[in-house]
Amino acid sequence: MLFKGAMALAWKDLYTEWKTKQTISTMLIFAGLVVIVFSFAFDPMNTTVKAIIPGLIWVIIVFAGLLGLNRSFTSEGKNDTIHALIVAPLDPSSIYLGKFISNLVMILIVEIISIPFLFILFDFKFHANLLYFILTIFIGTFGFVSAGTFLAALSSNSRSSEMLLPIILFPISTPILIGAVQATKIQLISPDKFASAISWMQLITAYDLIIFVACFILYEYVQEV
Amino acid sequence: MIKIDNLIKRVGDKVILKGVSLNITKGETVGILGPNGAGKSTLLKVIATLLKPTSGEVTIDGLDLKKDPIKIKSKLGYLPHASLLYDHFTPYENLKFFSKVYYLDNVEERIHKLIDDVGLRLFTHEPVKSFSRGMVQRIAIARSIIHDPEILLLDEPHTGLDQQAIGILNNVVAKLQERDVTTLIVTHDFLQAAKVCDRIVIVRNGRIADDFLLEGQDINLLQKRYQSVVEGDSNAI
Repeated sequence: MLFKGAMALAWKDLYTEWKTKQTISTMLIFAGLVVIVFSFAFDPMNTTVKAIIPGLIWVIIVFAGLLGLNRSFTSEGKNDTIHALIVAPLDPSSIYLGKFISNLVMILIVEIISIPFLFILFDFKFHANLLYFILTIFIGTFGFVSAGTFLAALSSNSRSSEMLLPIILFPISTPILIGAVQATKIQLISPDKFASAISWMQLITAYDLIIFVACFILYEYVQEV
Repeated sequence: MIKIDNLIKRVGDKVILKGVSLNITKGETVGILGPNGAGKSTLLKVIATLLKPTSGEVTIDGLDLKKDPIKIKSKLGYLPHASLLYDHFTPYENLKFFSKVYYLDNVEERIHKLIDDVGLRLFTHEPVKSFSRGMVQRIAIARSIIHDPEILLLDEPHTGLDQQAIGILNNVVAKLQERDVTTLIVTHDFLQAAKVCDRIVIVRNGRIADDFLLEGQDINLLQKRYQSVVEGDSNAI
């Protein structure tokens, strides 16, 4: 029942996005702008510039992600549709799970489009293990979205939610972001130190689990109108 | 059916409900009236599980609101002033989504029947954002009863509706009365309250100020009792 409700909600959000394309287009435009501006600011032919690519990947994920996270609960304020979800026999955790799934899917779509675009514009020769690289991006995004979805729900009751969300999200997601940037950097720039990338990935995974479970359980307490 | 015992709801420093006790039996249609800020909508929101009580007990069909909220929610239909509908969705898509969150199966026929009942068959696949307030409210009515609720909670449902939409809403309430559905209506509209309710509860300053049966759609009795309680007109009765 919990998963069925969550899937219904995630489907609703993704279908709304499919119809309106409001959030995903904003996220993609932002990601594209970051890539293009940085490609003008730094000479892509310069080999030292390659060092900024791991950081750029996570700048795109974090800031484009914030645009999506902000809207995930504020959009439920229109016509008070969040009230319809609260009065429905949905477990509060399934509302969190549904929103988490839709946010994760949208950020993954942005990543699938923008990261290859970044590599092409910076003429980056990809020599890392693709599977581990994808895994690193996925677990980093998973943790960021776990915390982000919960805090988006918390901040949506505030009048200045768009300003509040980054302020409360960054301190909590810092361990994930540090680990993700480090693991990405090692894989893309210094693949010979792969063992330390694994350590960072283990750290992110442990943090992901703690954050996800805590948010899943605590969501009920931020739900009251 | 609904038993409320010494319900207190505090928001910040303000006490909205100051010890409300109320018993509503199955099949009753109860109108909740009172001046603005009396606590009517708060009372309805607590029953609808939107707000948690600060203290006191609310039991619905023998189930405790704090312990069994999910079971209680499946029995409730809630229709506030806002539509609770997704603008970009059509009536069909809205009802389909809400049938999923109520875990209903084989709902195609029911969705189309509800859309027919509220007179919007021609607009089944038009987005709700292009609808007038009256049309939106008709779909909102369909949304609130998609799961055949045992209790229907209506918060100022007649506000901003044209006569046709009021007629549809009253018709829906009348059909639910025939099926012994318990209905609570928060309203300022004495005429509609007299038409559809068989019991009136007047709330004032977070307390139940009056509670009486209304027979024969007697709007004069309703007005007199209301004036007596709310406006302090001792000569009204």
